[in-house]
Amino acid sequence: MTTKRAPRRPGLELEREHARVLLHQMLRIRRFEEKAAELYSLGKIRGFLHLYIGEEAVGVGAMQVLREDDRIVATYRDHGHALARGLPMGALMAEMYGKANGCSRGHGGSMHFFDVSRRFYGGYAIVGGGLPIAVGLALADAMRGEPSVTACFFGDGAVVEGEFHESMNLAALWRLPVLFLYENNLYAMGTAIERAQAQLDMELRARGYGVPAQVVDGMDVVAVEEATRRGVEAVRNGEGPHLVEFKTYRFRAHSMADPDLYRTKDEIEQWKKQDPIALFDARLREQDLLDDDALAALEREVADELDAAVAFAEAGPWEPVEDLERDVLTQ
Amino acid sequence: MTTTYREAVRAGMREALEGDERVFLMGEDVGRYGGAFAVSMGLLEEFGPERIRDAPLSESAFVGAGIGAALAGMRPIVEVMTINFSMLALDQVVNNAAALRYMSGGQLSVPLVVRMTTGAGRQLAAQHAHSLEVWYAHVPGIKAVAPATVADAHGMVLAALEDPDPVFIFENAILYPLEGELESDGLPLDRAAVRRTGCDVTLVTYGGSLGKTLEAAETLAGDGVHAEVIDLRSLRPLDLDTVLESVAKTHRVVTVDEGWRTASLAAEIGMQIVERGFDLLDWPPQRVCSAEVPMPYAKHLEDAALPSAERIVSAVRAMVA
Amino acid sequence: MAEFVMPMLGADMSAGTLIAWRKQPGDTVTRGDIIAEVHTDKADIEVEVFTSGIVEKLLAEPGQQVPVGTPLAFIREDGKAPVAAAAPERVPPLEPGRLLISPSAKTLAAELGVDLAVVRGSGPGGRIQRRDVEAAAAAVAERPSPPAPPVAVEGEDRQAGMRRAIAAAMARSKREIPHFYLSEAIDMSAATRWLADENLHRPVQERLLPGVLMLKAVALALHEVPELNAVWQGERVVQSEAVHLGVAIFLRGGGLVAPALHDVDGQSLDELMHGFRDLVSRARAGSLRSSELSDPTITVTSLGERGAESVLPIVFPPQVAIVGLGRLVERPWVSEGQVLACPVVTATLAADHRVTDGHRAGAFLTTLARLLQEPDDL
Repeated sequence: MTTKRAPRRPGLELEREHARVLLHQMLRIRRFEEKAAELYSLGKIRGFLHLYIGEEAVGVGAMQVLREDDRIVATYRDHGHALARGLPMGALMAEMYGKANGCSRGHGGSMHFFDVSRRFYGGYAIVGGGLPIAVGLALADAMRGEPSVTACFFGDGAVVEGEFHESMNLAALWRLPVLFLYENNLYAMGTAIERAQAQLDMELRARGYGVPAQVVDGMDVVAVEEATRRGVEAVRNGEGPHLVEFKTYRFRAHSMADPDLYRTKDEIEQWKKQDPIALFDARLREQDLLDDDALAALEREVADELDAAVAFAEAGPWEPVEDLERDVLTQ
Repeated sequence: MTTTYREAVRAGMREALEGDERVFLMGEDVGRYGGAFAVSMGLLEEFGPERIRDAPLSESAFVGAGIGAALAGMRPIVEVMTINFSMLALDQVVNNAAALRYMSGGQLSVPLVVRMTTGAGRQLAAQHAHSLEVWYAHVPGIKAVAPATVADAHGMVLAALEDPDPVFIFENAILYPLEGELESDGLPLDRAAVRRTGCDVTLVTYGGSLGKTLEAAETLAGDGVHAEVIDLRSLRPLDLDTVLESVAKTHRVVTVDEGWRTASLAAEIGMQIVERGFDLLDWPPQRVCSAEVPMPYAKHLEDAALPSAERIVSAVRAMVA
Repeated sequence: MAEFVMPMLGADMSAGTLIAWRKQPGDTVTRGDIIAEVHTDKADIEVEVFTSGIVEKLLAEPGQQVPVGTPLAFIREDGKAPVAAAAPERVPPLEPGRLLISPSAKTLAAELGVDLAVVRGSGPGGRIQRRDVEAAAAAVAERPSPPAPPVAVEGEDRQAGMRRAIAAAMARSKREIPHFYLSEAIDMSAATRWLADENLHRPVQERLLPGVLMLKAVALALHEVPELNAVWQGERVVQSEAVHLGVAIFLRGGGLVAPALHDVDGQSLDELMHGFRDLVSRARAGSLRSSELSDPTITVTSLGERGAESVLPIVFPPQVAIVGLGRLVERPWVSEGQVLACPVVTATLAADHRVTDGHRAGAFLTTLARLLQEPDDL
């Protein structure tokens, strides 16, 4: 069933294309994550698997603003960020399979996606462990007068680690181009933020370091994009580090191993009503930027890409055991 | 040219800073204070605050920042004041610096140099006296070296900066005023050096214990026991080839190691000698290490806890009696 | 543990000299007892102890001058037990009858063919070390032959040790080395004629024995087949650049040694003669050097005048070959269709089949025979 299309206007064209991109990116992540969960239950993916379902708007919205020469540091919940950054879906799937054609040659798995060509520096399993690295990347750019911004994603678990405190302080002290992107999904594994943070107001805390902060609805991809843009511009302008807090929620448990006993079904259902994809879909339909056919076409495109990615992973070779000790050192 | 160990490290850093704009020094009190051990004295005035960076007391952050900067193409020298404080940065060392290349499937190199002061002997008590080099030597993905001479104090800084992988340099505090020749014998970073030749017993050591070991060798020579002294220089990787060549001659070996005896580097060396040179041995490998105590403050107790020339001599005499 | 220290015995005293102890370790003391006599600038003073208990340890000796306050003795106070010394590390007991020997000594014993049953260990627990094996090897060679007839009981004991060593070495050789044998009858007419001529011009002391001709010829023949001039080192055979011939020397009263004549291929016949005589006399006097026992790269054994026509010898490990020379005998020999009477020696080569084969070994013997036809060139 088609609805009557509005007459084409140049401004709207750009928005339509951009809107399509945003929706497409979120759908890619959603379907990828659903597939990953299925493959994990089948034993094709092993170890730990942390799904980004429900948080897609943050990764997609933020990544839209970042340029090729900017740098990204993420956490172990990195599938969405990697996909949004442009890492090939097949390479990510293969990495989770542990194959040699994975983005980290099968050495990292789900938690350690790396792609130097896209300036995607991981994938960290130590909560807070990537923050000092982000500070260092930014330090290098500052020393060389490069205009790059280092975007550092982290969760509510990290903000109580010592490394968060040290990194915020050092970045602010040395006015480094770090954009701290705080994905607050209210739970650090099984610990709710109220039970971990003495001070929940992150804007207040950031101000304590002299770091300006924004707080934003993480389920609204456009709001995420706008807030990130403001932050990136300020940082690129040499104003020192900025922080953006995204209020978001993960619809699945912490990992595939988590029985999710610390949240109520009610709470989860409430948040699912804020599904970023559903919200954006509704908003686009309202503006006549989306209809069923267009959506179906997008879903087909995503499904094709996903099928190809799984095939790529299935067909991928295992790294020979003889190469076990390769690349521990550079020489 | 004769200079001190401290000045030799400084000279090495200065040469590097002059020759390569990617090199910079970062650590606590390296700038305005002139370095906790006066190693970087004068460098701030010479190179400015962009290249000589005083860091806040945030070992994890500034070691991690060193890693990040290295990933992005700089050549940082991170100075951690002592090995005792480095424990605060172990997460960044073990989980990031050592692992990034392997975890990323070979995409990343971490050309980071970390210098830190180690060792006891100045009555600074339990929290300032550790000799934990063995923890670093345990981790694949990094290199660990211990300069024991003035020449190595200079040469190893430069060689470490040339290395594309993380290199940890352990400078024993008692060595800073040591005087010696700056010119090196050009040994690569991963090779041990024979500091004294002999045919009756092999004495293996590193870092701050080299002086005591040579002293013991001199005393033993008076007994007619000629010790061959090997300075390991590199703790990871360990150059067992040089050690075994010596044991093939002497058939007896003692390792002198300032670390605590249990699970020490000496234990690793002894094991490797037995694994690879079992038939060369005329006596079980011996070791002289620190006593299993948190380092005491009182001088006579500290002296008793540490390896000494006397204890080394006794250990050898028991083997040749 | 309480300390008894050098007491301050005057306002301006900084140090005192201990003259004598009045108590010894193990003695019980009561507060107020005199424990020592101390010399100061002013006088010799009897000094009392301030704690009761048992004297544990004396830290200073009479005659020593020590500063005031320095501990002179430890006293275990009543009711207090001393801090237990750390329990000694327990080592699991060895099986009874197990030989204690260092790995290096074991290897050396094998190399030298020393029977470990006769070695006394000087290490802890009687562990055999390298020097014990070296001493045993030298002792085997240096054991002097008894002047009494070999039937004497004493001589028998001493010879028994050497026999055991030889027995062990020979048994091991036969067990581990796959021997093969090749023989060649060699026409010695040219050689004997040459020797006779040579010796005519020489005084008795300088006459050459046929033996040295043979030794030189063997050494030169090895240049053709160098793999016979090698020793086993661990698991691989190492060819030797130098040719050190082990010369089997039979000792009076029984027993056998095969010390080395060094670099035989480079020596003149006179030098060889001299060396050989020296070696024999020292072997019989028991003054061989242990290096002479371990240096041979191949051995030559000759039974001499009283021996058999041919000998099938056993290789001396770690060597890989041995040359046996039989008695010089007159035999019918066919030469250019004619039957003549010729002096003939049967040379036998026994070799380690892991290292070489009949083809190569044969080449050695034919070369040896050829060289002995031109004694001038030796």
